[in-house]
Amino acid sequence: MPEQATSPSSADPEVRRRMMSEVEATPGSKKPDSILVVNNIVRQFGGMTAVNVDHLEVQRGIITALIGPNGAGKTTFFNLITGFDKPTSAGKGAHWSFEGNVLDKTSASSVARSGMVRTFQLTKALSRMTVMDNMMLGAQHQAGENLLKSMFKPLWGRQEAEVEAKAMELLDRFNLLEKKDDFAGSLSGGQRKLLEMARALMSDPTMIMLDEPMAGVNPALTQSLLSHIQTLRDEGMTVLFVEHDMHVVRHISDWVAVMAEGRLVAEGSADTVMSDPAVIDAYLGAHHDTDLGEEEVSEEVLAEIAEEVAAEAARREAEAEGAPTEPDAGAEEKK
Amino acid sequence: MDTFFNILQAMAREMVAPTTAAVAIAVIGLNVHFGFTGLLNMGQAGFMLLGAYGFAISIRNGLPLPVGVLFGFGAAFLFALILGIPTLKLRGDYLAIVTISAAEIIRFSGRLSILTDFTGAAQGIPGSEYRDPFTALSFFGTGSTDIGFLDYSNTGVNGWWVRFVAWSLVAICSVLVYLLVRSPWGRLLRGIREDEDAIRSLGKNVFAIKMQALVIGGLLGALGGMVYVLPGSVQADAMGRSMTFFCYTALLIGGAATVFGPILGSIIFYTARIFVKSVANAYVPDSIMSSAETESFSYIVVGVILMLVVIFRPQGILGNKRELQFNA
Repeated sequence: MPEQATSPSSADPEVRRRMMSEVEATPGSKKPDSILVVNNIVRQFGGMTAVNVDHLEVQRGIITALIGPNGAGKTTFFNLITGFDKPTSAGKGAHWSFEGNVLDKTSASSVARSGMVRTFQLTKALSRMTVMDNMMLGAQHQAGENLLKSMFKPLWGRQEAEVEAKAMELLDRFNLLEKKDDFAGSLSGGQRKLLEMARALMSDPTMIMLDEPMAGVNPALTQSLLSHIQTLRDEGMTVLFVEHDMHVVRHISDWVAVMAEGRLVAEGSADTVMSDPAVIDAYLGAHHDTDLGEEEVSEEVLAEIAEEVAAEAARREAEAEGAPTEPDAGAEEKK
Repeated sequence: MDTFFNILQAMAREMVAPTTAAVAIAVIGLNVHFGFTGLLNMGQAGFMLLGAYGFAISIRNGLPLPVGVLFGFGAAFLFALILGIPTLKLRGDYLAIVTISAAEIIRFSGRLSILTDFTGAAQGIPGSEYRDPFTALSFFGTGSTDIGFLDYSNTGVNGWWVRFVAWSLVAICSVLVYLLVRSPWGRLLRGIREDEDAIRSLGKNVFAIKMQALVIGGLLGALGGMVYVLPGSVQADAMGRSMTFFCYTALLIGGAATVFGPILGSIIFYTARIFVKSVANAYVPDSIMSSAETESFSYIVVGVILMLVVIFRPQGILGNKRELQFNA
């Protein structure tokens, strides 16, 4: 099985479909060749559990979409595995590994250095730097970023030229080449998304994590963004992305993981997942097909309501009589 | 006409003064912090004072000049580490709070009478106790030289030698900063200034880079402090909060995040102050403003200038307006 998952074959949609069809469509299912494995990751904000994922594997070389209603914990989950946040369960059974390297305690920068690069929901283009400078910052292992070497141009000049050539190539691919000397702050929202993605690619990542890459992008640009993402996959990169637009998800993802209220509730191909009752519940609520029309209300409920109304009326009357302790008691009752 | 010429002379003297050069060096350091990296260091005067103390105290106790310089740098280096380790992982404002209080702690410790044998307490350390090894290095010989109307002794306490060394150091520091900021390392600094998290997501060790910037700017501050005390004496109060604010004023006037901004800003700051002071002295009768009051008045005018610069030309004289148009 793993030999099927190597990068050249992942360009063939048929191979991908066959491979993923053999994977069980249950939350936390085992993948033939997982690049990212997450175990028991919990994040609590006060009493609220934002993320509580027992097990998730991400298959190498395909596009995995992470969907879920607002507040499902998708972005928090991204922050946790990329080192921008610490799980509450850290040291208490939280483990996640990328390409076999354990990431439990690593910082955001070393996660990126290990080959897992992310973008942000609110784009972090460095607006007061040129597009080119933004790109150049993405490259890894630059000798000129070492303080001692930085003062001597011969030590990094050649590498700088190489990095620049690579940046030009990527900018060309993302249709940003003519903007290369403009400040990133002058770009449109969609162009910033493109720039951020291109910048992430400067580091030659093995896996790229996109947090809502289509948010705020106009439909024309969405098309080109989508094809960029597909090209990346066809080149052998693993893509994990958060998205709200179901058309987009259905269109490009090979596998979909669904989160709701911090938990992983379903996994499977786009079609399987969208007919999964757990997913429909998550999006529409568990009682979405219960009619709450008048005639359906049971007598029991009616009796309950009548009782409440009577109690309310009695209290109002007491209040009108001006008993001093009544308002307080009424306030407590309301709680 | 004569008064006017005198005012010009006073301005020119202030322009080439070693103290102006010393502050310029400290401002170059502050520019590495605030201008390029976005570190809000409100205690540059503390770095200066530590440099001056390290330098003066070691020479006063019989150590050779290079060792004294090393002690000055070492003190600032430790200071930067101690300030940076707890605060650089936090948001920028914390660094500002910690640096301003730490600089004040240094100043008040220097004034402690229990340390009289060491720092000279409130009296400070007179220049005669540490200056000699420096003047001994002079190859300018004795006598005095008159360039235009600037007439100073060649070596002396406050002569051409100290001016020459001070301004050469300004030039060297500027070249150093230029070499640093045009490199990929400098690009990282500007990236960190814009958005730390973005740089972190690209796999860079933000904490280490910020620490390097803090140390480099601090060392430049210490060098400024050493030059500052050469023609005078080490006085803790000369390098207090107001010195930090003078540095910020000079930096903002000249233009933050530029290579020549700090030098231009320092020169303009000091000459403008002398200009205001001398004009007020010469043309405003004593009954309205005494000469002691003109001193304070000059600082008020400089403060107003700072406000006008920040409101109407936030990028300073040399800064790039376009860079400021985009609020990150």
